[in-house]
Amino acid sequence: MSHLSYEESKKVVLRGLIILGIITLIEVFVALLGKGYIIHDFHLQKWLMYLLMISMSLYKAYFIVYYFMHMKYEVPGLVKSVLLPTLLLVWAVIAFFSEGKTWHDWRAKKNDRPIGIFENPPASHSESAGNTPHHSQEHNTQQPEDAKKELSPEEHPAEKH
Amino acid sequence: MSAEHTAQISHQHNEGGSWNGASEPFKASYGKLMMWYFLLSDAFTFSAFLIAYGTLRFAMPTWPVPDFVFSALPGGIHHMPLIFVTIMTFVLIASSVTMVRAVQEGHRDNKKGVVFWMVLTIVGGLGFLSCQAWEWTTLIGEEKMSIVRNPFGTHTENGTYLEGDGHDIKAGDSFKAHSSYLIHFHDGQFHPLKYKTEAGEEKTQKMGPKAFGALFFFITGFHGFHVFSGVVFLIIIALNVASGLYAKRNNHYEMVEKIGLYWHFVDLVWVFVFLVFYLL
Repeated sequence: MSHLSYEESKKVVLRGLIILGIITLIEVFVALLGKGYIIHDFHLQKWLMYLLMISMSLYKAYFIVYYFMHMKYEVPGLVKSVLLPTLLLVWAVIAFFSEGKTWHDWRAKKNDRPIGIFENPPASHSESAGNTPHHSQEHNTQQPEDAKKELSPEEHPAEKH
Repeated sequence: MSAEHTAQISHQHNEGGSWNGASEPFKASYGKLMMWYFLLSDAFTFSAFLIAYGTLRFAMPTWPVPDFVFSALPGGIHHMPLIFVTIMTFVLIASSVTMVRAVQEGHRDNKKGVVFWMVLTIVGGLGFLSCQAWEWTTLIGEEKMSIVRNPFGTHTENGTYLEGDGHDIKAGDSFKAHSSYLIHFHDGQFHPLKYKTEAGEEKTQKMGPKAFGALFFFITGFHGFHVFSGVVFLIIIALNVASGLYAKRNNHYEMVEKIGLYWHFVDLVWVFVFLVFYLL
């Protein structure tokens, strides 16, 4: 199958071990660096972190399929018949992830308040809230963007009605 | 004359196209081709699980931070984010590499080499399974995560704890939005802690999204089951190699090549399981 000599194949194996090992280490490093574990209070942009880690994983996948599984040395017909159907997954990922985002947004809308993570609570809210929780809740209903009361992830809005 | 003619024609046909069984389509044997298509279908199964995971994660307001959830090491060591799973990944990569070597020795018809590298691959597979067993034991036994229960929550606001749990958290400790916590379990029940948000509201820790536990155990379990079946097949095939069965077939240990494809696929799936569960 392989068009390489025995010595050349052995080199590919060593290269594979080094490439996959180093990429994995870089991935873990990026994950920890991006979340502020390595340098105190230093965070990477989320999109940059995701882009780096997803593209490195895709490269690892390519390397395993093409070199370890010898896809590189198969005839084009076999390569196409195995790899082209996986393109359907591109559609599935886009369709289902946007569906998930829609569930998230509907849940927020049904509760008439944003749900998620608030790093800097709005100033007006922190003044009014605290001593009178009831008052702050009324306040939230009028100005949904100021709302802060968190929704338990387990609390599904559909079950409440 | 006529029979000779027919024989000649059929001979020509057999030498000819791919459609009458004489030559192999795609220059790959039937078994190898079918292994590729099995792996393709298996890839779709795994993709369906991982896409379900992504969809549910997108739908949730919060999700436990993986480097908090997966931060324990054997020997009671905590707060070492992702180190253990990195070791697991290396074990699997190493076993994939030894598998490539086994296939290469097969091409040279070196029986001893095939057995040697296959045994190393089996050791790697068992090592990975042991790591996974330890990880699951910690999550289920110590942290009390189950398929319907997820004690790993995420803070949605900045705040300060009003009470401690006797372990990592003390009263007066402050925390930031995005940071995760584990609700401690002792004396047969969970003990969520009270905290005060920056805005002054008093709240109690809430359990994390239920789906996390179910998805984690189901997907890593399905992958682990693949590793387990792979180890079983590797053992069977290694025994057959050692007994000289494949040497008689005289096809350069094609069976080793086929189980090799499967084994690399298991590694390939782990690349993505590792990405979505542990890195992102």
